[in-house]
Amino acid sequence: MPTIRVVIAKPGLDGHDRGAKVIARALRDAGMEVIYTGLRQTPEQIVAAALQEDAGVIGLSILSGAHMHICPRIMELLRERGMDDVMVVVGGIIPDVDIPKLNAIGITGIFLPGTPMQAIVEFITRHARDRAALPESSGANR
Amino acid sequence: MPSSTARSCATVSGRHIDELYTEESVSSLDYARDLADPGQFPYTRGIHPTGYRGKLWTMRQFAGFGTPEDTNERYKQLLQAGGTGLSVAFDLPTLMGRDPDHDLARGEVGKCGVNVTSLADMEMLFDGIDLGTITTSMTINSPASMIFAMYLVVAEQHGADWRTLSGTIQNDILKEFIAQKEFIYPPRASMRLITDVFAFCAERVPKWNTISVSGYHIREAGATAAQELAFTLRDGIEYVQYGVDAGLDVDAFAPRISFFFNSHSDFFEEIAKFRAARRIWARVMRDRFGARSPRSWQLRFHAQTAGVSLTAQQPYNNVVRTALQAMAAVLGGTQSLHTNALDEALALPTAEAARLALRTQQIIAHETGVTDVVDPFGGSYFVERLTSDLEAEALEYFRTIDAMGGMVEAIERGFPQREIAESAYRFQQAVEARERVIVGVNEFITEDEPPVGILYIDESAGEKQLAKLDALRGRRNNVQVRHALDRLRTGATGTDNTMPLLLDAVRAYATIGEMCDALRDVWGEYVEEAVI
Repeated sequence: MPTIRVVIAKPGLDGHDRGAKVIARALRDAGMEVIYTGLRQTPEQIVAAALQEDAGVIGLSILSGAHMHICPRIMELLRERGMDDVMVVVGGIIPDVDIPKLNAIGITGIFLPGTPMQAIVEFITRHARDRAALPESSGANR
Repeated sequence: MPSSTARSCATVSGRHIDELYTEESVSSLDYARDLADPGQFPYTRGIHPTGYRGKLWTMRQFAGFGTPEDTNERYKQLLQAGGTGLSVAFDLPTLMGRDPDHDLARGEVGKCGVNVTSLADMEMLFDGIDLGTITTSMTINSPASMIFAMYLVVAEQHGADWRTLSGTIQNDILKEFIAQKEFIYPPRASMRLITDVFAFCAERVPKWNTISVSGYHIREAGATAAQELAFTLRDGIEYVQYGVDAGLDVDAFAPRISFFFNSHSDFFEEIAKFRAARRIWARVMRDRFGARSPRSWQLRFHAQTAGVSLTAQQPYNNVVRTALQAMAAVLGGTQSLHTNALDEALALPTAEAARLALRTQQIIAHETGVTDVVDPFGGSYFVERLTSDLEAEALEYFRTIDAMGGMVEAIERGFPQREIAESAYRFQQAVEARERVIVGVNEFITEDEPPVGILYIDESAGEKQLAKLDALRGRRNNVQVRHALDRLRTGATGTDNTMPLLLDAVRAYATIGEMCDALRDVWGEYVEEAVI
């Protein structure tokens, strides 16, 4: 099995990085290769990092309420660059009404406050491996 | 399986706790030296001899969202409901010194707080609220000087005298580098802006709290109680040192330094933390800096209940958490308090949730009797021992940071950042292993909870603020703006105090992005090294 490569990114102006860092460490401890982009990354920078690092997964940490602006842009850029096989997951504060909208644009996993780290590790492991077979799988996780 | 009587206990910070504390636990404590009566050095038991009998804490609810018009309405509701001070939450573009038309501001305007782009927005924010009588706290850091200048001009328009004007700007950049990460300029340039505010206020706005040295965000980022205490007070020492190094008399500016702590879930540890903070600060100010004014020795603080402890699951449980945390802050002698709303793990609070949070404070103040006695836990073997232990741990961190050359140097080496990230990860692992129970999250889970109604902020605030910015740029005297910004650049290059230059720019209706950009031209931007 090849190692899963994950880009963890903090898009937008927000600097609250506790969640991003904790998840990055949990994924690394679970044996994944984790690239943390640091703060205030534009969608263009995040997609470029995923391309350069040959990452199969992008994990976004968004607490600021800007997810409906940021996520569609990232999905659009991935499509434009032929990176449809990259799985995108989002963790943070996402109102319930936005979850179906994010699923509809192809965000595979949405992790709300209180989600155990282990659940995120398992979700990414399962979906990253099965992705070729199940490209349209999606869901929200609390 | 150990029996419940023999189980090992630790605080939320991981501190080992004995089953019983006795006289022996506090045998080294000397009443006159280490505690003293309230109002007496080292103020462990409080800075006021009469505690809350003399004056209740200020019930100051942090609020802001959308446009200045939206937030002005919320402030009037909070004052109507018995709030006794205002506290402004700004949005991310304002906090980062970006105008609504900047690329990075797209999708963020009005989301996490109120958008204030220029003096015109500040005028609207306080429309119909008398700044001569109300005190306002503003959570603003990198662009604190710019926002403060806007506030001063609006106060002047209301006919308020700067010499009696009171309120607080957070203005604490060190904890931004350490924890919250809303920085613009590199550390040393940022410190210059802060000492400029100290000097300006000592002369012109003497009752203003020039800085609120904040542990709140350090704790939220994952620090333990001892780390919050240590890093916050060491930040305070750094500010005083920079002020003294800038040639200011310590007693001329130190009395206007205030603090801001988290009030977390571990009840006794938090009470002890507040008591330890007062004792440490009094000794530091007298012995390390030679301050002579008792007002320089007295640590005054605002407290906020722990946002990070709120759960998205079973949100009504948060009312109970917040009440208990608020009680700890009151028993620890806070001067001012914000209680979080039950829905804040989901969104900014609705008006109803914000009112319930305020009512929580009012119930503690008026129904429980805890305000009748000063420092009711003074003399408790357990609380006194915790107070001393926390003090000792903080002093140990002071020695480490002093050895690095100071807090700016420690931050540049990533020391406090790493310590906090380590604690955050350790805590999360304890939760995952169920060594730590979080009701409704890893125990006592309810399936199919009914959702609570939340405040949803759409893109309309952003559109309105963009339209207002366009109109402003067409209406103001752009030549005057350009000249004011040029003078600001020149002043920043030299050693002139930046406050008068910012006041000129504000009066010309220069925007927050324009003023911050002028200083970016001179000082550049800070980029953090990304480490996990």
